Amino acid sequence: MTLSDQNKPAIEVSHLVKTFAGVTAVNDVSFTVEKGEIIGFLGPNGAGKSTTMRMLTGFMPATSGSISICGYPLATQSEEIKRRIGYMPENNPLPEDMRISEYLYYRGRLKEVPRSKLGSRIDEVLEVCDLKRVRHRIIGQLSKGYRQRVGIAEAILAEPPVIIMDEPTIGLDPHQIIIVRDLIASLRGRMTVIISSHILPEIEMTCDRVLIINQGRVVAQGTPAALRKEILGHVRYEMIVSGNFTLLSQVIATVDTGIKCKVQEDVDSEGFKSVILTTDKDNEMGEVLLKALINAHYRVRSLNRQRPTLEDVFLAATRRSWDVIDTK
Amino acid sequence: MKHFFTILSHEIRMLLVNPATYVAAVIFLSLMGFVFTDILETFSRAAQDMSPADIFFKQFYLPVLFIVPLLTMKCLAEERRLGTMETLLTTPVTTTEVVLGKYGAAYSLYLSLWAATGGFFWILKAFAGDSRLLDSGPMIGGYLFVAISGLLFIAIGVLASAVCRTQAVAGILCFAMLFALIFGGSYLGAATWLRGDVMHPVKSAIDYAQVLQHYEDFTRGVVDFRQLLFYFSSTVLALLFSILAVEAKLLHN
Repeated sequence: MTLSDQNKPAIEVSHLVKTFAGVTAVNDVSFTVEKGEIIGFLGPNGAGKSTTMRMLTGFMPATSGSISICGYPLATQSEEIKRRIGYMPENNPLPEDMRISEYLYYRGRLKEVPRSKLGSRIDEVLEVCDLKRVRHRIIGQLSKGYRQRVGIAEAILAEPPVIIMDEPTIGLDPHQIIIVRDLIASLRGRMTVIISSHILPEIEMTCDRVLIINQGRVVAQGTPAALRKEILGHVRYEMIVSGNFTLLSQVIATVDTGIKCKVQEDVDSEGFKSVILTTDKDNEMGEVLLKALINAHYRVRSLNRQRPTLEDVFLAATRRSWDVIDTK
Repeated sequence: MKHFFTILSHEIRMLLVNPATYVAAVIFLSLMGFVFTDILETFSRAAQDMSPADIFFKQFYLPVLFIVPLLTMKCLAEERRLGTMETLLTTPVTTTEVVLGKYGAAYSLYLSLWAATGGFFWILKAFAGDSRLLDSGPMIGGYLFVAISGLLFIAIGVLASAVCRTQAVAGILCFAMLFALIFGGSYLGAATWLRGDVMHPVKSAIDYAQVLQHYEDFTRGVVDFRQLLFYFSSTVLALLFSILAVEAKLLHN
């Protein structure tokens, strides 16, 4: 490893633009990925995720902007970059008429894995991807789940420092998704991983950071928790209580003056109503709320803090994509 | 060129495990066998003033027009259609290595198919035992011509595959280009409108590229350096265009 390998962030993208015959697919995208991070790429269809990934691999040239991977600029040293990435394209194209082990051997040779290490490395990735039993099967006859895992095995085969996977979990059953998720999580710290996905809980569980992209622009980036706060901006509590509803807001104001209280009108036979509380503060206030309500002789049936899913964040972020927060 | 041999051996291996290769080989050998039997029947009826090898290799365009598109149409068009071009070119492999590797594999298969026709002459020698039928001059000239012209024919097939997305279109394009190359020369060479003084440079260029004439020279034992140069330079040109076509498709897809 050279000096530039060690000190630079794994991926640096600045002001990346790609236009296809007048259509701007990627418009001024900038982001940085540190070594060992797992980044999730989110965006609606046609947002420019795949295009960005293709440009990162050097397969497709950018219209303008710069990319550097492990400190190597893509424009001048794409050969060095190609040695440092493992890429699994969208739809995971594989040759139909090869056996899995043959395919991995061929790919390993192309990726310059030394012949002496290749055999044991293939065994290793077959083991990791749970493909040992089917290693002699022909790829064209495999089911989608197996093919997907062959693609992942191929991407990690040469132990590249950067792995780029375009929708690795598409078409997998829940059991296989968990396997793939664990697999990606096991790479944390050793390899830098960029994955794109439509399955938002997937991204949330595996990724350190999320990058939401819409219409070719980065509309939000950060950890899932930070994004929730940034995009949705408030915390919601939902509770079901019964008691004096006219005094309720005063009781709640004793806990924190910033809490807004909204009583739903639907009342059940025992006089319970559901109440929505919203606050800008992020700290957990369930316990104090409960204490205050019980001291004021309210009957509380439930109180829970609503956890907005990444889905809510995603929808909110892509909806307000006109005001771009292209933070670096 | 580090990966050239990796790709070459992979491609040859893929050709050898592909049933289509054997189908093509069987069709090729039965067609050529039929031609050869026909020639021998003509010889058995009356003496001819040419050797069987001469007449046999004169039919070289028959297999060329059908086998070359079959062998080459798949090589780049299929990779592009399946999307495996993307995985291939994101490894430290250059486009040049990919194109040359595939070209090399198709060419070696083409050569081995022709080499198999050597069996016809061996059978003739073993069973006829008539030395007059086995004139080694036209035979060596014929095989040499097949090997050298094959360089260009296969390169044209690779070029057709490089510019097309579907195999079928690549095959037809290759057929059309080979047809124009082999027969276009003699057609234009005979055209009267090219006889004028103004068209003289065009005419001499066409005369220089007469594939059928080259064949005649080779079997008569004339290996002209200009003809070799014609095949080698046009092969290089076709391969260069193939490499550029693959790269251009990446820029504009």
